[in-house]
Amino acid sequence: MSPISRGFRGRRRSDADPSRVPPGQYVTTDFPVLSAGPTPHTSLADWSFTVRGAVDDPRSWTWDELRALPQETVTVDIHCVTKWSKLDTVWTGVSVDTLLEGVETSAEYVTAYSDGGYTTNLPLEDVLDGKAWVALEYDGEPLDPEHGGPARLLVPHLYFWKSAKWVRGLELHTEDQPGFWEGYGYHNYGDPWKEQRYSGD
Amino acid sequence: MERAALLGRLSWQQARVVELVDETARVRSIVLQPPEWPGHRAGQHVDVRLTAEDGYQAQRSYSIASAPEDAELVLTVERLDDGEVSRYLVDELRPGDELELRGPVGGYFVWEESLGGPLLLVAGGSGVVPLRAMLRHHRAVGSRAPARLLYSARTPAEVVYRDELMELAAAEEIDVHITLTRERPEGWSGYARRVDRTLLEEVAWRPDEHPLAYVCGPTGFVETVAGELVALGHDAARIRTERFGSAGG
Repeated sequence: MSPISRGFRGRRRSDADPSRVPPGQYVTTDFPVLSAGPTPHTSLADWSFTVRGAVDDPRSWTWDELRALPQETVTVDIHCVTKWSKLDTVWTGVSVDTLLEGVETSAEYVTAYSDGGYTTNLPLEDVLDGKAWVALEYDGEPLDPEHGGPARLLVPHLYFWKSAKWVRGLELHTEDQPGFWEGYGYHNYGDPWKEQRYSGD
Repeated sequence: MERAALLGRLSWQQARVVELVDETARVRSIVLQPPEWPGHRAGQHVDVRLTAEDGYQAQRSYSIASAPEDAELVLTVERLDDGEVSRYLVDELRPGDELELRGPVGGYFVWEESLGGPLLLVAGGSGVVPLRAMLRHHRAVGSRAPARLLYSARTPAEVVYRDELMELAAAEEIDVHITLTRERPEGWSGYARRVDRTLLEEVAWRPDEHPLAYVCGPTGFVETVAGELVALGHDAARIRTERFGSAGG
C-alpha cells in the first residue's frame, strides 16, 4: 500500500467514467506523441503492406489495394504507457482478420514492423477476432504522420506502443521475439488493466 | 530463479527528499535519496506516484537530471499550468517528504561513453533535463567525444542550469549554444531565433561526421528538429528523440 503524499489532493476528472480508466492512467483530451526517432515519410506510391514470415504464401497490398479492402470504423479507448488515456477515439481501417483471412500458419506470434525500423511483438490471437486493425484514418481524416500515418496498427486492448506507427507489415513467428520497446525493459505483453508497463510487472 | 525474478522487477520505493533547488520560476530540481538505487544510465527516467488521503493516485514520468556517477538522484520538473503532479512537485513538496518512485526506466534515449560521438544534443525548454545528465556523465568519465548542445529557450530567465552549462562549456570537448527565441538580454550576441534548418546547419555536425543526435523537447520542436536533421542528410537511425507532452503532466 502506498503512503500518503502530504498535501496531495489531485485533480479529479468527474467527466471520465473511472471504470474505463486503467490503474495509473489519467484521461487527456489532447493526443500526445511518442516515438523514438524522426517521423518517416514514405510516398504512397512506394508504400505497401505485407504479411510474411511463417506463412505458406506471403501477401502484399499496395496503398490503393489496401484502401479497396473492406474498411471498418471503430470507437475505442487507447492507453499509453506514459500514463495518458484517451477515450472514444474513432479510427477507420482494415481489420487484421481481413488481412490474415485464409492464411495457413502454425505461428502463434506476430511482429509488426514499421518504417524507421520499429517493431513490436504480440501473440497472434491478440490481433485476431476483431481485436486489431491497420488504421488509415483518425477521426474521419487521413492519419497524420506524427500519429503514425499513412497507416498504424491499432490494438486498443494493449498499451499503445503495441499499436505500431508507420506499420508496413506483419511477420508471423512460431516463437516469440521481443520488439523494440520490449527489448528495452517494457513489458512483453502490455495489458493496461494489469498495469503491465515494465518487464516483471 | 526467484531472485532473478525479483531483481527483474521495478519495485516502488520511498525516496527521501533531501533538497529542493529552484532552477527557474517554473522549474525545480528535487534531490532524492532512494533506499535502493540500482544505478541508471544518462537519459533514463523514473515513474513518480502520488497518493491522496482517500487513496486517489496519479503517476507521471520524469527524466533523471543527475549523472550515473553523481552521489544523489536528481529529478528536474517543470510546473505545467494544468499539471496535477508537476504542480505538486514544484509547489508543495518539502525537504524531508517522501516521494514514491520506481525506475530507472527506458533504455533507448540513453547516452553512455561507449556509444562515442560526436554527440549532438538539441533541447527545447525543459527538454534539456536528460541531456544535462548526458553532459554530466560525459564530464564524470572524462569522455573525449566532442559534444555540442543546442538549447532553445524563450527568455534568459527560463534557461535551466545556466551556470552549470557555462561551466561545462569550459571543457575543450563541449560546446554549448543557447538560442533565445522571445527575449534577449542587452548585448546578447548568441542566437536569437527558433531552431530551423540553417541554425542546425551552422551548429550541428556535418552529416559525414556521423553525429549521434539526441533531441528532447515539446512535440512540435522535436518533430521540426528531427525532420530538419534528416532533410540535411543525417542518418535517421542515429537520431533519438524524446517528447515532453504538454498534456497532463
